[in-house]
Amino acid sequence: MAARIHGGAGAGAATALSTFNPKKLVAPSRTNLPAARSSKRCIVAGGGSDASKSLSVRHSQKLIASAAVATKAETSATTGTGHELLLFEALQEGLEEEMDRDPHVCVMGEDVGHYGGSYKVTKGLADKFGDLRVLDTPICENAFTGMGIGAAMTGLRPVIEGMNMGFLLLAFNQISNNCGMLHYTSGGQFTIPVVIRGPGGVGRQLGAEHSQRLESYFQSIPGIQMVACSTPYNAKGLMKAAIRSENPVILFEHVLLYNLKEKIPDEEYICNLEEAEMVRPGEHITILTYSRMRYHVMQAAKTLVNKGYDPEVIDIRSLKPFDLYTIGNSVKKTHRVLIVEECMRTGGIGASLTAAINENFHDYLDAPVMCLSSQDVPTPYAGTLEEWTVVQPAQIVTAVEQLCQ
Amino acid sequence: MALSRLSSRSNIISRPLSAAFRRSISTDTTPITIETSLPFTAHLCDPPSRSVESSTQELLSFFRTMALMRRMEIAADSLYKAKLIRGFCHLYDGQEAVAIGMEAAITKKDAIITAYRDHCIFLGRGGSLYEVFAELMGRQDGCSRGKGGSMHFYKKDSSFYGGHGIVGAQVPLGCGIAFAQKYSKEEAVTFAMYGDGAANQGQLFEALNISALWDLPSILVCENNHYGMGTAEWRAAKSPSYYKRGDYVPGLKVDGMDAFAVKQACKFAKEHALKNGPIILEMDTYRYHGHSMSDPGSTYRTRDEISGVRQERDPIERIKKLVLSHDLATEKELKDMEKEIRKEVDDAIAKAKDCPMPEPSELFTNVYVKGFGTESFGADRKEVKAALP
Repeated sequence: MAARIHGGAGAGAATALSTFNPKKLVAPSRTNLPAARSSKRCIVAGGGSDASKSLSVRHSQKLIASAAVATKAETSATTGTGHELLLFEALQEGLEEEMDRDPHVCVMGEDVGHYGGSYKVTKGLADKFGDLRVLDTPICENAFTGMGIGAAMTGLRPVIEGMNMGFLLLAFNQISNNCGMLHYTSGGQFTIPVVIRGPGGVGRQLGAEHSQRLESYFQSIPGIQMVACSTPYNAKGLMKAAIRSENPVILFEHVLLYNLKEKIPDEEYICNLEEAEMVRPGEHITILTYSRMRYHVMQAAKTLVNKGYDPEVIDIRSLKPFDLYTIGNSVKKTHRVLIVEECMRTGGIGASLTAAINENFHDYLDAPVMCLSSQDVPTPYAGTLEEWTVVQPAQIVTAVEQLCQ
Repeated sequence: MALSRLSSRSNIISRPLSAAFRRSISTDTTPITIETSLPFTAHLCDPPSRSVESSTQELLSFFRTMALMRRMEIAADSLYKAKLIRGFCHLYDGQEAVAIGMEAAITKKDAIITAYRDHCIFLGRGGSLYEVFAELMGRQDGCSRGKGGSMHFYKKDSSFYGGHGIVGAQVPLGCGIAFAQKYSKEEAVTFAMYGDGAANQGQLFEALNISALWDLPSILVCENNHYGMGTAEWRAAKSPSYYKRGDYVPGLKVDGMDAFAVKQACKFAKEHALKNGPIILEMDTYRYHGHSMSDPGSTYRTRDEISGVRQERDPIERIKKLVLSHDLATEKELKDMEKEIRKEVDDAIAKAKDCPMPEPSELFTNVYVKGFGTESFGADRKEVKAALP
């Protein structure tokens, strides 16, 4: 086992880039990925004993999505119940249900009310709930995030939308000092049950300032929880869980995933905020990913399966805190880890996850943890350049082959 | 100054003052009308009248509480120099009239949020001396369990929302509290306090815009002590009329060293905010200490200036003169009251010194609130060695 942990990660990326042949690149499809999801059908109630354990406990709580195995969604789809919708509609459904359920929930953000939301997540809510519950704010992220936090201190449950996650940098002080820390510095007197959500990530040539990934900046703030949704099923579940949570939660959505279509259950359900999702159980290697990169990984997984590999794909979903339980069980099974993320290489979620895995599961690793992340550059405008800043399925395949030698 | 005469005075002994008093001090609510020393200057509204309704009891309680606040701050000064209080300690002496006058005009349902100069406002909201000193010294019985410190005093049951270290960040929070008050249809207002230094923060104007747009019952109170740490207001602000800075929002300039003027202004502001939305109050006040304990306070202003203000405008002296001229107590009784206050403060300090430091396990409490009532498994399950990542 080579001790070249950091070197390994760097070399892996470098090799991946040098073998990267843009001509051979398959354009990653982003919308309507039933094809990607079909690979989930080769399931096993995999995961080992923990799945059954968690299932038996959670059946007592019908709302919690059982065992976070993505195939559960399939079950309802195959039995015919459930309805099909797009991811932004799933978010809207979750939001609407929570607003119906609890009069303290309100939404504030730019153009969320009369305009219906720049990504249509809050469409129709202003007509239904009125101007006092769905608030169009002026363009002042610092102030309206602060106002949401102040309102949360008194017991309201605001859902604050950043039109693009990058704009929340203007509210960083409020999120870090007031949102994250007030519960602690007041000795437990105030809770801040706020949800801060918005789309982030690299889109389609949106330019550098609108393609930011803020999970890396927020991850050190004590007191907040961060989750990233990736499918309509977990988007609705996480939205509901985030609103019900007493802690401040930052929900990271992705600009390119809003039009994903999936069938979700009719009955009410919530996803566990702190749990990772087993997308595809496997034996050879653990691939940890979240948000949009899940789809790149699943695409690479198809290629890998054809080549004879059996990757285990886990969508970590909970970016803070990490679900080290699910991840740990997977590492103990496969002994190899590849992290695929859209964050920057320096100080990103992958960097923290690498450190956490090395610290806790070093004895179980047969190879150094490899992390594929975006390049440390501002996202360029040109389409070809933008593709190269983000991890592509071909690089994932190369990395897996390298790790599994 | 026209002072109305008392019609009657009862001989009931007042609250828990020592029985050493020969002459009783009136405690009934015999009304007194007091004229503020300076008129109010108004922007976009009609200023309130200069005659303030008060009572003998209120006058005496003003004196007592302000003397208590003054004594507490001086004691905090000595504790800091004795290295029992560390870090930042921002003292409020000289500005007590603002805290007292505001409390007299409002109820505990109205919210107050302020910046880091919060010891006296916490006391005014019903905090105890023991909690103050314990928190300042980082002990476990402090109001924030020793985890907040001087800049993070909070009292939820009296709607005191703290206690904030970052300059200006409390104003959007305050407008958010006002929003919640409007949302829940409570007939209450929020006083968001800030200083002349913070008045130049952009988020203030952002919050003011939203408050005016949505008709929120928020009152922005600028405690203008004329120095933003070491920078005088004329060097930091192009327009030093902070009460006019709201532009479309009405404002009132108040003599912040006169507790009755503050009381009148806050009463006026509360009525205004409940009907018409936000209003700005500028309290013209002064701090005797430097910005904080690490600032001597004399490098950017002369000692003559400080002692001049102390002689002419000191809020406690003003109340003292009123008490004496209304014949509510003798000099000796007031001195005895001050002695008793000194003892009260010393007792609280002694008790706080005996209080233990927080347990090491307190380091990890109150970071998150656990769960939402159902069984959810977090990452800290027993099999894995990792703690909070």
